[in-house]
Amino acid sequence: MSLKNPMTPSTGQLAQQSFGHSESRGDARPVSFARRVLDQPAAKLGFVLTGLVLLVAVVGPFVVPAWTGYGSNSFAGKPFRTGVFGTDNLGRDVLSRFLEGGWRLLMYSALATVLGVGLGAVLGMFAAFRRGWLDAVIMRFGDVLLAIPQLVFALLAVTVLGPKGWVLVLVIGVTHAPRVARVIRSATSGVVSEDYVLASQMYAVPQWKILSRDVVPNIMGPLMVEVGLRLTYSIGAVASLSFLGLGMQPPTPDWGLMINENRIALSLQPWGVILPVIAIAVLTVGTNLIADAVAGASAGRVRSTRSARKKSATAARGVTATSPDPALSAAPAQGAAPGETPAPEQNATKEL
Amino acid sequence: MILKRLGVSVFVLLAVSLLVFVFTLMLPGDPAQAILGQQATPERLAALREQLHLNDPWYTRYLTWLGGLFTGNLGTSAATGGSVNALLASKLSASMVLLVISAVVAIPVGLLLGTWSAMRRGRASDQTLTGFSLVLAALPEFVIGVVLTTLLSTTVFKLLPSVTMAAPGMRVWDYPLQLILPSLTLILVVVPYMIRMTRTTMIDVLDSGYVEMARLKGLPERQVIFKHALPHAIGPVAQVVAMQLAWLAGGIVVVEFLFRYPGLGQAMVDAVNNRDVQVVQALSMLIAAFYVVVNLIADVIGILANPKLRTETRS
Repeated sequence: MSLKNPMTPSTGQLAQQSFGHSESRGDARPVSFARRVLDQPAAKLGFVLTGLVLLVAVVGPFVVPAWTGYGSNSFAGKPFRTGVFGTDNLGRDVLSRFLEGGWRLLMYSALATVLGVGLGAVLGMFAAFRRGWLDAVIMRFGDVLLAIPQLVFALLAVTVLGPKGWVLVLVIGVTHAPRVARVIRSATSGVVSEDYVLASQMYAVPQWKILSRDVVPNIMGPLMVEVGLRLTYSIGAVASLSFLGLGMQPPTPDWGLMINENRIALSLQPWGVILPVIAIAVLTVGTNLIADAVAGASAGRVRSTRSARKKSATAARGVTATSPDPALSAAPAQGAAPGETPAPEQNATKEL
Repeated sequence: MILKRLGVSVFVLLAVSLLVFVFTLMLPGDPAQAILGQQATPERLAALREQLHLNDPWYTRYLTWLGGLFTGNLGTSAATGGSVNALLASKLSASMVLLVISAVVAIPVGLLLGTWSAMRRGRASDQTLTGFSLVLAALPEFVIGVVLTTLLSTTVFKLLPSVTMAAPGMRVWDYPLQLILPSLTLILVVVPYMIRMTRTTMIDVLDSGYVEMARLKGLPERQVIFKHALPHAIGPVAQVVAMQLAWLAGGIVVVEFLFRYPGLGQAMVDAVNNRDVQVVQALSMLIAAFYVVVNLIADVIGILANPKLRTETRS
């Protein structure tokens, strides 16, 4: 925590990098992963921003009637009364609704992320490990899911199943899965050809043990990047659906829904829109900063100025198990045929 | 190679159509009931079911629906009773206007800023731009839209209309001013990704051996960039552009809803609210087809731009 000198982590970083070269990231890591993430100023900022919003969302519901004087659904005065933050179109206290409106968004996005990354990671690992027809079936099915934008797919599901919490979690998780699976598959296929995996196989170590003991620790980097990225997208997706009126239903206090309800009166009483917009913006920027820092740490890129040299080193090595950087390294460009991997850069693009 | 990609695209589209169709089977209600309402007599329900082929087994219905897609008949809207084609025809052009404006602005801006940023890598301007794109990339589209509205339309400056006015029979481009906010939102959402991806691609290319060689030969920097670096970046960058265009097709849903823009996205939200499955299906297929075609084009460009893959095609 007290490391203020930016040179210290990067030199430690270099040492780790050359170390990792010869033995594919052994356990003797000079600087721990968490420390490498935290040593980046962007990550600290990200944690602070995310923490702030988390605090509001988690503590908010407990202080609502006591601090603000009004419940989230109780009548507080005339519509559009101006006050600290005023009242909304039905005369409910904006601040109370704001304080209580965050935790559902956070919970649903977290659940969707866990579901999506979990499912995607398992499928991606199996695809890379088993190869053959299982690989082909999983990845082709993923291609099919990828052809429908995430939000459109969610709308399709909501049309049929109705706007319920579990539908949101399920549909966002399921649409994350193929995107995660692609990344994890390419990370895993770098690992499974390593000697230590082959050795385990020769010793007839059971498959689940190889996956959990040899493969998972070596794909932690890309996996963590995926968690961060998918969390950002989940928050965006859940909030967007609520904003469209197809997620949380009135009279639930919810940030996305508040924006939808209050935007008609944006010029009269902007707080009902501005408060949740700020909260969602700060939250997504925070999680994205963390995801970016994790991507940097897992790729051995600590400061952006250093990234170039590192990156060329990575490129020269080609696809390696040590540091696949799915979020930021460019598409495997010239060497790989686009026909085999239709979208080499699925990660850093806005997903549908 | 190209033919193989074409085959994959056709397969994906067929699979998507099956997936989209399966959703109708999960529908709890009865479409005939939805169209005719609660007071419908059993005889009328039966007649309408017959008319909509609801009594047929699912595979016949799927084939009929798929055939309809090919012949341009998208089915009957459960909410209005009219044909889906008529419902969507006018909205398609409105959405295309928005898409084209955004793409025409966003693609050159994104690519130029990305390349510029890569060439100035590490300097303050590059870091500012990278920071900005990181922040913008994180924001959901409606957040950007609302912020733009408060800034430019309602609260801070009152310059632009915040909602689209389109009386029946009027076209959206009759008032060009009202196109600015929705397009600007879409542009601001896709440009950061293009900048980031172009930047990383260009940095990879600029660090490569052939660029170093070209520089060592003493070629002027401009020639190095345009003749040696750019052609190598075209393939990956085409992928990024395709991704963003495809994203635009999905992103219009939220942006059109926000600005009350009378396009396909608004139609889709309305259809979901009305549980109008036929319309949602048709729109999903339309957007998926757009995605597949755009990706196919990007892959073909990638194949054509890469000499290794080009020769592979010949042999």
